[in-house]
Amino acid sequence: MADWSEGAFAALRRHDVRQVAYVPDAGLTGLIERCAAEPAMTAVVLTTEEEGVALLTGAWLGGQRGVLLMQSSGVGNCVNLFGLPRLCGTPLLTLVTMRGETGEFNPWQVPMGRNSQAVLELCGVEVSRVEAADRAEAVIDAAAGRAFGARRPVAVLISQATIGVKTFEAARDGAGGTAS
Amino acid sequence: MSAPVTVLRRREVVARLLEDRGGLLVVTGLGQPAWDCTAAGDHGLTFPLWGSMGGAVPLGLGLALAQPERRVLVITGDGEMLMGLGALATVGVQRPANLAVVVLDNERYGETGMQRSHTASGVDLAAVAAAAGFPTAATVADETALLAALPAIRSAPGPSLHVIKVLIEDLPLVMPPKDGEVLSARFRDALLGVDAGS
Repeated sequence: MADWSEGAFAALRRHDVRQVAYVPDAGLTGLIERCAAEPAMTAVVLTTEEEGVALLTGAWLGGQRGVLLMQSSGVGNCVNLFGLPRLCGTPLLTLVTMRGETGEFNPWQVPMGRNSQAVLELCGVEVSRVEAADRAEAVIDAAAGRAFGARRPVAVLISQATIGVKTFEAARDGAGGTAS
Repeated sequence: MSAPVTVLRRREVVARLLEDRGGLLVVTGLGQPAWDCTAAGDHGLTFPLWGSMGGAVPLGLGLALAQPERRVLVITGDGEMLMGLGALATVGVQRPANLAVVVLDNERYGETGMQRSHTASGVDLAAVAAAAGFPTAATVADETALLAALPAIRSAPGPSLHVIKVLIEDLPLVMPPKDGEVLSARFRDALLGVDAGS
């Protein structure tokens, strides 16, 4: 299966995304490394995802486009700040790697993972999903067009099936990246 | 309940921070700092937050990264800064030389009834910034220190954070426009030109 992050990177470059704000996640590692190595992009590591919503609003006010990369547990951290792009008519593009879906090994990931889409939609963020790696570029390209063209908050959920499901064994062996 | 030990009045401080502001880009935290900046003169290159508590510094960071040739000044309050302390660590990683943060610290949550904030119990926001990697971080509580800090806030390489202890005052509300779309559109028009509208 192709790596979804290749298509994601291509779509972000096509839309001239310059600031890449993120909280690390195992499923985002490839995309973050690609963006950090790209001279036209500035990768900004955050302490909490809500910083990214404010950061990208500032980027837009300064004439740059950005993207916020996070794991689904970060959606809940952003709830109050999601009002900012809605009120200001400024774009927000966020790519959310899913936890808590089919095959999840950590029950503590399930409540927020299961609620991520509903919370985003309740906050007025449009949601689309990537269900297979070879669809990532097209789905993210369309979402970016909607975010920056129509100046809307838009989220793309990257399904756990697309990223690859982490198991207890993989977590113990360190093969799954982060232990959480 | 003791007041902060200072002689500085917030509206006079802000008026001096913004004097002859030229191309300075200003982001304000919600509440009194927004009213202070408006009292000093509403301006297209000021982006006042009416909410999004904790968001002033990261918003200023995104702006500073997008506009490295411009000075960006975030003016916020102690309560707003306390809600987003992690953003100081994020700035400490990026270290944009064009970003200055001023915390107007009256040690109170001013908009909700003047309840004591953490700084009233001694939490030191300048020390937090220094520990997060800000090359310039200081607390200012008198006229001499304010005069010395002004060049660092307005022009010296940063990032800098200055906590300016201010008196607890009940001041008239001087409000900027409330419509977020108006505020963002006028800011982009003033900075980027009307052609950047979308």
